[in-house]
Amino acid sequence: MSKPYITLLGKAVRYIARLRGGGSALPGLFVEKIDPDFIKRTLSQLPRGVVVVSGTNGKTTTTKIVVELLESQGLKVFTNRTGSNFTRGVAAALLGEVDALGRLDADIAVLELDEAHAVHFVAAIQPKYSLLLNVMRDQLDRFGEIDATAKLLAQIAKKTTDTVVLNREDPRVCSIADALDTQTVRYFGLAPSLASLFPSDDDMRAQTSRQASKLPDASVLLKSLRDHTAMFTIGKEDVEATLRLHGIYNIYNAAAALALVEAIMESSFDSTTAISRLQTIEPAFGRGEVLQIGGQPLEIVLVKNPSGFRLSLQSFQPKGYSTMIAINDRYADGRDMSWLWDVDFDSLRESGVSVVSGIRAYEMALRLQYEEVPVAKVEPTIDEALRTFLTSESPKRIFCTYTAMLALRRELSKITDVERVL
Amino acid sequence: MNIYGDWGNVLTIKRRFEWHGYTPELIEYNQGDTFPKEVDIILGGGGQDSGQDIIQDDLLTIGPKLRELADAGVPMLVICGLYQLFGKFFKTQDGHIIEGIGLFDIETHAGSERLIGNTLVKSGDFGDIIGYENHSGQTYLSANVKPLGHIVKGAGNNGQDGTEGVRYKNVIGSYLHGSLLPKNPAIADFLIEKAVTRKYGEFTPTVIDDHFAQQARLVAIKRPR
Repeated sequence: MSKPYITLLGKAVRYIARLRGGGSALPGLFVEKIDPDFIKRTLSQLPRGVVVVSGTNGKTTTTKIVVELLESQGLKVFTNRTGSNFTRGVAAALLGEVDALGRLDADIAVLELDEAHAVHFVAAIQPKYSLLLNVMRDQLDRFGEIDATAKLLAQIAKKTTDTVVLNREDPRVCSIADALDTQTVRYFGLAPSLASLFPSDDDMRAQTSRQASKLPDASVLLKSLRDHTAMFTIGKEDVEATLRLHGIYNIYNAAAALALVEAIMESSFDSTTAISRLQTIEPAFGRGEVLQIGGQPLEIVLVKNPSGFRLSLQSFQPKGYSTMIAINDRYADGRDMSWLWDVDFDSLRESGVSVVSGIRAYEMALRLQYEEVPVAKVEPTIDEALRTFLTSESPKRIFCTYTAMLALRRELSKITDVERVL
Repeated sequence: MNIYGDWGNVLTIKRRFEWHGYTPELIEYNQGDTFPKEVDIILGGGGQDSGQDIIQDDLLTIGPKLRELADAGVPMLVICGLYQLFGKFFKTQDGHIIEGIGLFDIETHAGSERLIGNTLVKSGDFGDIIGYENHSGQTYLSANVKPLGHIVKGAGNNGQDGTEGVRYKNVIGSYLHGSLLPKNPAIADFLIEKAVTRKYGEFTPTVIDDHFAQQARLVAIKRPR
């Protein structure tokens, strides 16, 4: 079958999948079966190559920031916006952007990739740049051990042809540099005063002593943070930014993005324009985005693993908010419930939790019982739970796992304007 | 050896002691620490294979002490990595032997397949035991050794003989995460009862509202492997 027909067929499948309100990967699967070379052929056209962003936490937000910053520097950027970061999701996203002849109108591609899928991807398509964010305990039912996850990220770095940007505060990521000899390596980091806000999984239970070892210089450092005002040190220059992003971890993701974009743009990097643009960025799909319902803000916060949940709870104060937690255990959520027991929920004691929902609602309620956090209602069915939750007349916040978030967004889109994500 | 959510076991024991009217003291033991003089319950969790190498020397040093306590009836729960190291040895894929403390008459061999998923075990003493296993080690029990229970869904000790976990006096070893104790309060209360009767001669439990645990069990039992 010749190529224009593939593209058109793929686009037709995508359109139909959207009408059915389906998930994001069906069209990609379709292309994968009929035209396996599609992704490689399409991406190899790009003059400035492919950028891969990976790591346990922060991929989606960081990728979004990188895209906006590159656009601020005048580049046309292709990205897998859907947040479906398996290879199939990339194909699906490409199908939405190429013309009938399979051409992509872009200078560079920035792809958020799940760690395991990234390894296969980079074997076929070597990225010019990669950004490796962190290695955390996440979905151990998929990855087995965090050392194994670190090895996956090292593979991505080794296949990168130009520059690898690493988190110098994460020892497993930082040490990836030891395995690299041909690439340029750059780092993003934290000022020592902020480092204590990012406990690693190793620190969480064991008494690991943090040695003041010699850390490499960071090309971008998050120097200080007060509310929404951050100070970044870019090279030798201190730059202040007032951000719409919130949460310590999101602002650290911004530092990562700045380091990557500076590496890509090299001497033509315009930091003033970049910072200007950074200040306008809103939180991404399900990452603390705020919807307005009944005159009150509703925040949706995606939680995927212990460190992510811990940082989310630290970043968003429960006082004055009604809180809902929705936990599913499908493949994309993580099937092993053990992870809930590595999150401390005591910050919710005072305000309590209004509704607990999802397939594993009772598991979460049990977790809260042992943390002595009061739970007003347990309702496993998400649309029922949402209905109950929305009757409260206060600002609201929902912590949810991935498929629970998709269900919530479907329900919410019946009530209000929710960003289209297929 | 505590990065796999087995904190849930510690929290469950601590909280249930409190609900039963006691004041528990939680002592964290890390390699090189002085072993506490008074111990009523010991809980140990899972970790990465690399973690096992790190604690091995220290564990072997306190091994005789742990065996002595076990023989004296001290209740203990050891999960996954520590379950393996409470046995005679763990043999890695390339034949390297990591010596255990020999408290359990069991041995573990590294397998090539990861045994992973929702698990249901039937036991005489505790009824249905519900958890989640995730291990590549295959553990074999010697002839007279009692397992914790028998597999209904899942792989268990080695995926072959249908056993899960092990019992020795008041010590329980198991591969089950979840964590194990929150959804299996019968096991938690067993450990607590043994500790209290050893120390005070008798135990009068308070009735604890385990409604959430019961409902969580009903859901977990139906989840696919």
